[in-house]
Formats: sequence, structure tokens, C-alpha cells
Amino acid sequence: MLDFLFDYAALRVIWWVLLGVLLIGFAVTDGFDMGVGALLPFVAGTDTERRVAINTVGPVWEGNQVWFILGGGAIFAAWPALYALSFSGFYLAMFLVLASLILRPVAFKYRSKRPEARWRRNWDMALVVGGAVPALIFGVAVGNTLQGVPFHFTDDLRPIYEGTLLGLLNPLALYCGLASLAMIAMHGAAWLALKAEGPVAERASRLGARLALATAALFAGGGLLVALGLFGGYEVVGTQALDGPSNPLLKAVATAPRAWLGNYGAHPWLVVVPALGIAGALLAALGFRARREGATFLASALGIAGIVATVGVSMFPVILPSSTSPAQSLTVFDASSSESTLRTMLIATVIFLPIVLAYTSWVYTVLWGKVGEDEITGSGSTAY
Amino acid sequence: MVDPLLVELSRLQFALTAMYHFLFVPLTLGLSILVAMMETVYVMTRRKIWRDMTKFWGLLFGINFALGVATGLTMEFQFGMNWAFYSHYVGDIFGAPLAIEGLMAFFLEATLVGLFFFGWTKLTPLAHMTVTWFMALGTNLSALWILIANGWMQNPVGAAFNPDTMRMEVTDFYAVLFNPVAQAKFVHTVAAGYTMGAVFVLAISAWYILKNRHVALAKRSFAIASAFGLAASLSVVVLGDESGYALTEHQKMKLAAIEAMWESEDAPASFTLFGVPNAEAGRTDYAVRIPWVMGLIGTRSLDTKMPGIAELVDRAGTRIRNGLTAYAALEAIKKDRGDQAARATFDRTRGDLGYALLLKQFVDDPTKATDAEIDQAARSTVPAVLPLFSSFRIMALLGFALIALFGTALFYTMREAHAPRWLFRLAFLALPAPWIAVELGWFVAEFGRQPWIIEGVLPTFLATSELGVPDLLVTIAGFTALYGALAVIEVMLMVRAVKKGPDQVVGDPSMLLPGTGTSIEGYRPFATPAE
Repeated sequence: MLDFLFDYAALRVIWWVLLGVLLIGFAVTDGFDMGVGALLPFVAGTDTERRVAINTVGPVWEGNQVWFILGGGAIFAAWPALYALSFSGFYLAMFLVLASLILRPVAFKYRSKRPEARWRRNWDMALVVGGAVPALIFGVAVGNTLQGVPFHFTDDLRPIYEGTLLGLLNPLALYCGLASLAMIAMHGAAWLALKAEGPVAERASRLGARLALATAALFAGGGLLVALGLFGGYEVVGTQALDGPSNPLLKAVATAPRAWLGNYGAHPWLVVVPALGIAGALLAALGFRARREGATFLASALGIAGIVATVGVSMFPVILPSSTSPAQSLTVFDASSSESTLRTMLIATVIFLPIVLAYTSWVYTVLWGKVGEDEITGSGSTAY
Repeated sequence: MVDPLLVELSRLQFALTAMYHFLFVPLTLGLSILVAMMETVYVMTRRKIWRDMTKFWGLLFGINFALGVATGLTMEFQFGMNWAFYSHYVGDIFGAPLAIEGLMAFFLEATLVGLFFFGWTKLTPLAHMTVTWFMALGTNLSALWILIANGWMQNPVGAAFNPDTMRMEVTDFYAVLFNPVAQAKFVHTVAAGYTMGAVFVLAISAWYILKNRHVALAKRSFAIASAFGLAASLSVVVLGDESGYALTEHQKMKLAAIEAMWESEDAPASFTLFGVPNAEAGRTDYAVRIPWVMGLIGTRSLDTKMPGIAELVDRAGTRIRNGLTAYAALEAIKKDRGDQAARATFDRTRGDLGYALLLKQFVDDPTKATDAEIDQAARSTVPAVLPLFSSFRIMALLGFALIALFGTALFYTMREAHAPRWLFRLAFLALPAPWIAVELGWFVAEFGRQPWIIEGVLPTFLATSELGVPDLLVTIAGFTALYGALAVIEVMLMVRAVKKGPDQVVGDPSMLLPGTGTSIEGYRPFATPAE
């Protein structure tokens, strides 16, 4: 089925694009509820204010989080070598992400079950951790990916990671972590400005403007650091068969200080991708000031899409570079699943993703409208 | 060679997190359907009490659901974290059902669960009921896809090893999808979940009846749970996944171990009701046997012979020797990718490659294995008999006991007679039974698969990540502390919610009447128990 449409090379590129779509979907949807969690103590003081903030995401965060789970499943199915290497390599970091995220479902569900202030404060902390820690660590992971990760394969293709947790926490990676945190917090603020009423929305708008400027500055600064050669860069040398077997031992890769800018040199129009990242964040900053909540949220989402896509476009065709054995770096053309699996999964995606988007939009429409204190405290409330 | 301690710790961590996750999942499966059924009765009859039942059991469903979601996160990523070689080796096949599970099932249940709790005032009763059913469909579809993945670990059909990519790759996706082991597992597991949901509702309703609280609601819940539970528990046994055990070599070994069938018996084999398996002597002491029954269960026939452990070990020895040919050919291909003779040999023998890998726990280079080491590897295909033999029997006993309980409960419900108090006491005491049964069932299926992680393809000891023992100790301690604390909180909230009873649907604003935006202050549907 569909054999005539796409060959193996095209399927690999399509799945590289879909990986980006999933990561952007995750950052744009789950991003705003993680941002709300991270901002909770900064935008809401009293219990009622906190409930306003929490209830803007109460009915939807669970569906949003499936983008993260689906991302894991899709990487497993389409990029098994990446799944095997990254999650075992970033082992303890991944444990921290999971432990933080595990707190969220219970915090949302259990917080309102008891009235005591201490009970609720503890779950508020869980929501802050569950929002901020993953955002930070995902950025750190991207920072390490850009610099290259110490790994190699045995001749059985057993992945072997050579680094440590502390090695992940280098200054450049932490810089990316900070940028990621600012981005997610900006997006959370945009959501709160859109969905909350009263002082929560006020504070979110004020804070959001600053976070959006910080996001734009940190992202542009990151580009500068790449241009200065601090992140290094990797590029495939010679010709790599685009439809060859998924075996990362069969090619040559060179490191060069500014290799991550190579794609922009070859295809200057690609500059629109990072430009979208900066423009989105700057427009969001203006939107926060002008109190144009709908436009702000859209700008913030576009900014996130641009920022996430920039990482992919800069690295293409490399997905995960190896700092210790560059030739064994994972690329789009040697780390994918088999042609048959990519094709089957594409068919499943083409059928089910539109259905998912359709009922998700319907749910958001049903829940349309702002969440205010009246809705929380009123006797007709359905709130957490 | 991977550190054996690392392998043991990786297995321990997977067992802990999977079995903990599995405390919540079957209850979600069962309660989602029960709640949808109650809401349907409400929508059809518009009788308030059914709406209150929907909300009350929905409240308990929500407390349980949160932990199912939380602990499920770990499962999705744990293969990559702790089982990196496995993930690379079989990701081409195993990853697909996991991804489709997310796309088809998780999105459905997680997106709609928000509307289930928050949509009461925003949707018409019919629309809300539809949401509830689709949410239940989502949870059930997720069971289907994860069991297709798990079924493939037990019976790896539709795939072959590709020497160019050094991993298993799909050859026939439909075979993976319609794997008979997966189908049997799905029906068995889902029916077990329904049984658990029914016991949960039955036990808590019985407690209310004994305490003379919320009797009208409790009696209706008791009735619906007993009917649903009887159908579900009968399905668990009749559609038990033993039917899948006759299919493959190691499933046969698992079955022989469960039955402590040391030697092959003439058809139809007898069933050992009770006994003490003695692995050293290769016999079962104090055995009480029922003739014919095992042959009937295991082969659905009177004349198909079932192999015993000794015979299966012999067969494993043969396959190891065949596998060594494949292993040697693969080594030749690795040295010279253009070696066509080696490729031809490999294609002929690659089905047994996994058996040669079993030797790696005894010798670094399997091609240099001695006859003694091959015998040792063949014997390593026998899982530990005693735990499988006893776990299976306790599980089955609990299953039959629950059928009797549901049957009795339904008998009194149908006759509209006053059921005796001992029945309610018994129903309450039965609360832990389904949890014990499903955990033992999971244990039998997965521990019985050892020494394989993918039957006949990849031994467990080769499948882990190259991590340090301290890494594993940190995460095991972390998960244990986190999960332990959450378990305490969950049980506390559950007990509190049950003690507060259905009246909290009046007090709790998140449990508002559907289709109205008004307060329900002062509404006490259960003030007069004799409705």
C-alpha cells in the first residue's frame, strides 16, 4: 500500500518531519499546562487564585500529556536506535523527568480532595516541580544533543553510553535548559492571560511580556553561540545511501565548529525557521502588553514551533551526534525503522491523527470561555 | 557480557513498576465500563439514582485513574531506559503497537476523561454518556495494543532478523496484529479487568448494605455488579489464555512448568490439582491428578500429545545447535558484508539464532561452546517450576471462587430475595481477591517466559542497557519511595471517599447534576433508604 507514493528515503524524511510535529505538538499543548504549573506561585497567591490558574488547565492537561507519551512511542517505532540510546544515555535525567511528571496527575486530582492549607500547598509544589523540572531537563537534553553525546555501538549494535549525569549539566546545556524553561513559562503565561480572569490574568500578562523577551533573547543568543562555534557541529562526509540499511556504522561524519549553520548556507530560505522563533516570541511580548490574549497565545505557539524546528533543521540529517565516535552518529538515513514499519505507521498516523485533532478541538470548544473566581467558588462549579 | 547483577536489578525494576501499574489499570478497565453502563441506564430511564451512581463510582474511578496515568508514564519510557539493547533489537516491531496505542487509545481516554468530570454542566445527558462510552473504549483499546506488543514477546510472529541492521524487522504486520497469543491475552486480561471492577463495586456496595447506609444506591450497584461480574469472571476462565499455550515451543515449556509436567504424557494428559514440584528429582510429590483434564484444556482435543519438560529441553538442545550455524554465518557476514554463501546459510537457519545467544551466559564466543555448555544452555530454558505451579493454582482458585460469589449474588438479586448477611460479608472480604489474581496472572505470563525476553529470539540477560548498578539502585529506590507514598495517599483518599459515601456528590461541586447549571444544595437522594 502506498508503495508508489513514497520510497524509503522519502519515508525517512517524512518521519523526521513527523517527529518534529510531535515534539512541537507536545511543546505547544503540554507546554502551556506545564508553564501554568511552573508559574503557579508567581501568578496566584490565595487558594482561590491558585484554583483559578489550575482550573484553566484542569480538564485538558491530561490529553495534552499524551503528546509526550505518543512522542515516546513514535520514537520507539520510527527511530528505535534513538529511543534506545537517548533514554538509556540520559538515564538519571530521564528518571527526574518521569518522577516530576508522575506528580502531576495526582497533584491535579488530589489537591482539591482536602481543604487543609498544607495539603494544598504541598500539591502546589508538586505542580511547580512537574512543570519546571521537565521543561528545564528537555532543554538540557537539546543542549547536549547539539554538542554531541558520548556514545558508541558494538558490532552487534549494542548502544553504549560513556557519559555521566554531571557531564550533562555543562554550561552550554544549562543555557539551553534556561531557554526552554523561559519558553514554556511564556507559553503558560499566554494561556493564563487567555483563559483566566482577574488578578491571575493580570500578573500572567505582566510576567509573560518579560518571559517572551527573555525567550527571544536566549534563543537569539543561542544562535550566536552556535555561530561563534561554541556548540561545535557535525556533518556527514561523502555520500550516504538514502535508502540503505539502518546501520549507523556504515558512514563517515566530520566535526566542524559551525557545521550546524551549514544547512542555512546551502538553503538560505531556511532562515525563516529561526526567524519564526524570534518573531513569535517578540510578537507575544507585544501581545502581552497590548492585552491581545488570543493573538498572544498564537504568537507564542508559533514561536515555540520555530524554536523547536530550528534545532531539527540545523542538525539535519543528523539526529543524535556522537562526540566520542562521530562516524557512529545517528542520522535520518541510518537510524530509522524498516521501510515496512515506517509505511505502516504512516498509514496509522494519516488515519488517526486527524481524528485525534478533531475530537481534541471539539473538547476545547466545549470548554471555551474564561475561568474566573465566580466559576470556582460558585455553587454551580465543576472545578478542582 | 552484561553484569548479572545489573540484569537482575533491571528485571526487579521492571517487575516493580509494571506490577504496580497493573494495580490500577484493570480497575480502570472495569470501572469505566460499569460507569458507562450506569449512565446509560440513567439516560434511558432518567431516574436520578442512576445518575448518582454514575457520579459516585465515577469519583472513585477518577482517584484510581490518576495513578494509572501517572505510573503508565514510566512504562512508555522504561524500555529505552533500562532495556536499550532490547529496544534496538526489536523496536521495529515492538514500537509500532506502542505508538498506535498512544494515537488510538491514550488520546481518546485522556482527552475525554476531562469532559467526563468537567462536562456535566456543559453537555446534554446524551452527549455526556457518549463521552463516557468513548472514554471506556479508549481504555479498552489501550489494553488491546499493549497486549499485541506483549503477545509478540510471547509468540514473535511476522518478523525476521536482518543481518544488515543487526535487529529483528517486520515481515508481516498483519501476523503481528492478529497474533493468536495476543488475541487470547486481550480477551483474558480485559475480562479480568471487568471482574476486578465488578468485585470493587460489589464489595463497597456490600459494605454500605451491612452498615445500612445508602441502601437504595448500594443495592442497585450490587445487582449490576453481580450480573456484570458473573459474565466477566466466566469469560476470564473460559477464554483463559491457556489456549495460546499450545502454540509455540516456549509457550509449551511455560505450560509444562505451570503444570509441573516433567515427562511427556500420553494424550489426553492428566491435570495435577495439587502437588509439590520437586525440580531436583524432576517429579511432583504428593500429586493429586485428574485424568484427561490437562489434555483437554491445553490442546482442546483428546489425542494431541503434550510434551513434558524433559522432551522440550531436548528440543532446545537441537535448536541451539542449529542456531550456532546461524551465529557463525552472522559473524562471517559482519566481517564481509558481501559473503553470499554466509548469507544463504544465515537465511536458512536464522530462526534459531536466538537459541545460540542463550550460550552467551556461559561462554563469550558461542561457536566455541562445548557439549556440556550446550546442555547447560538447553536446561536454562526451563523456568522455575514451583512459583509458576503454585501462582497459577492460586489465581485459578480465586477465579473460581469469584464465579461462585457472583453466581450467588446474582441468584439472590434475581429472586429479589433478602440476601443473607454472610453473603455481603463475603462480598466485602472478596475485595483483595482480584488484585491478587491479576498480579499472579501477570507473574505467570512474564516469569514463565524466562529465560527469554522475546521467546526464542532474545534472552533476557542480553537485553539490558549498559548502565551502572548504582544507576539502577538510585531509580529503584526513587520509584519505590515515590510509588509507596502515592499508594498511601491513594488508599487514604479512596477510603475517605467511600466513607463519606455517595452524599458527597451533593457536597462536591465537581459532581454536579448533568444538564443543569443549578445548585443541588439540600438534595438528599438517599435520605430514605427504602425507596
